[in-house]
Amino acid sequence: MSATPKEPASVENLRKIADLARLDLAPEEETALAGQFATILAQFELLAGLDVSGVEAMVGASRASDVYREDLPRPSAPLADMLRNAPAHTAEFYVVPKTVGGAGSSGDARDARDDR
Amino acid sequence: MSRYEELDATALRNAIQKGERSARQTILEAFERIDALDPALHVFLNTQRQAALARAGELDQRLAAGEKPGALFGVPVALKANMCLAGVETNCGSRILAGYRPPYTATFVQRLLDAGAIVVGMTNMDEFAMGSSSENSAFGPTRNPWDPSRSPGGSSSGSAVAVAAGMVPLALGSDTGGSVRQPAALCGIYGFKPTYGRVSRFGLIAFGSSLDQVSPFARSTRDVELAMSVISGLDENDATCFPEPALEPEATPDASSLAGLRVGVPKEYFPDVLARDVRDRCEAAIQRLRDLGAQIVETSLPHTQYAIPTYYVVATAEASSNLARYDGVRYGLRADGDGTLQGMFAATREKGFGPEVKRRILLGTYVLSAGYYDAWYGRALKVRALLRRDFEQAFEKVDVIVGPTSPTAAFRLGEKADDPVAMYLCDILTTPVSLAGIPGLSVPVGFVEDGGRKLPVGMQIVGPWKGDARVLRVARAYEMATEYAKAAPPMAALVPPKNPAATKTVSSGEGASRGART
Repeated sequence: MSATPKEPASVENLRKIADLARLDLAPEEETALAGQFATILAQFELLAGLDVSGVEAMVGASRASDVYREDLPRPSAPLADMLRNAPAHTAEFYVVPKTVGGAGSSGDARDARDDR
Repeated sequence: MSRYEELDATALRNAIQKGERSARQTILEAFERIDALDPALHVFLNTQRQAALARAGELDQRLAAGEKPGALFGVPVALKANMCLAGVETNCGSRILAGYRPPYTATFVQRLLDAGAIVVGMTNMDEFAMGSSSENSAFGPTRNPWDPSRSPGGSSSGSAVAVAAGMVPLALGSDTGGSVRQPAALCGIYGFKPTYGRVSRFGLIAFGSSLDQVSPFARSTRDVELAMSVISGLDENDATCFPEPALEPEATPDASSLAGLRVGVPKEYFPDVLARDVRDRCEAAIQRLRDLGAQIVETSLPHTQYAIPTYYVVATAEASSNLARYDGVRYGLRADGDGTLQGMFAATREKGFGPEVKRRILLGTYVLSAGYYDAWYGRALKVRALLRRDFEQAFEKVDVIVGPTSPTAAFRLGEKADDPVAMYLCDILTTPVSLAGIPGLSVPVGFVEDGGRKLPVGMQIVGPWKGDARVLRVARAYEMATEYAKAAPPMAALVPPKNPAATKTVSSGEGASRGART
């Protein structure tokens, strides 16, 4: 990415971030968000002025450590229950657009969706 | 006998236990109240009328058969719509999860059920708990019972109003940066965020995993204690849960006295943005603590001004990761996009998420991205450590810390909706406590007048790590000395005249979701 922490809020950089986030944005959304990003990141800039040398990062709020439960075999959740909420599935699998063996094969997914 | 909406959970349970009222009658009264008020307030995304009535009947039979009643026997409770109860729609206030029925039940929900509680429905919320007003719900805002033109706060908006409006005595919310304490303050009830790790998060749909904590709303401190005694404690499904058994109230020789207690008042918690009348109410409450025997000590939390940016870096980073799972594969919405897998992911997320959620996913993705991670996320984690150190140093000299919960009383719906930064500033006094992982309770401390309406004010009582019982003890003494928590909003004007049409607005069918129909 070409942006620096001081100038992340251009539409071009926003598109790169949106791509990383797997999020399509409508053109009007891009413009609005770029403006809001500028305002929000200006607030965040406060952090850059603070001396944090020698401070150990606080990676979480939990102070629990080495928490283990008994390693015992137990039944998994029923397959049908786990598939029930999926937009498209077969009797055993989630169905997604084909990713190997050539592009554009969403026909399989569409068939399977009718199958639920 | 007192009216249903005037009884707290403890009183209801006692009355049911003694046979003064049945669980079934109690549930009927709960739904009478919900039917009357929900059209004006929009509290529930779905109600569980048939299941609740069936369960109440079963509980009545078990009591008649001599079963020892549990701690919440027959008590109607409401759950925020990010909590899993097997088979019941929980959609996080989002279109992307509309229709989602979890295949399992959260640990804390199961504990409520095991104690005899009856779930009446799932409550409205800002989408994925991101917001401070309820306006980010995909299904329309919830309204404040003290003034329906105003926000009840958020993100646990529906659960707060369910309790404040007397629909249920007890409800659960989740608090990530203030999402229970702030709506509790704006609605005039108690809202308690426990120490991080006190309550299992298993079955709470994740937003910011290092911050999220299941938190009860109630109209009395004894109900907060009761709820905590049921839902807290070790769970093998959440490794961040600490191993102590469920929270027990602190035993005191005289619950009405605070003699010997040192109360810290940080100067940073009375900033310029604080409304004058909110400041006055909190100062009066602090004076009351002094009258009860507490020693008031001025203290300082010097990094407070960094809490908002730190919180919005940490929480959005965690959210961008947690919300990556909503991709149209395993649950919820799917949009085809250009027909490829990547296109399906991106189109599903564009269509399913609302503007604030998108904003936070993008911010979080940015602060974690290569080249920026150290400058933003890495730095925020260090500032977070400094914020925690502030509290640790303050608690060397004081037993609890107090300050306003929210810089203002309830604001009007629409007032801040187009200004994300103004909305983020609502969290200025609650986020430091969340980042430090320590307990905070919002306590009703009086009212301010605005536009001819009384609006509640909340004061936050903050304790050290694992100091939950101490926070509750201080709140209990204050409660015994004041009447603010007993005040009910003026709801007569909200109740439509009794006719058959007026009760049809709330879904009466099992699991019917108003959200899904909008």
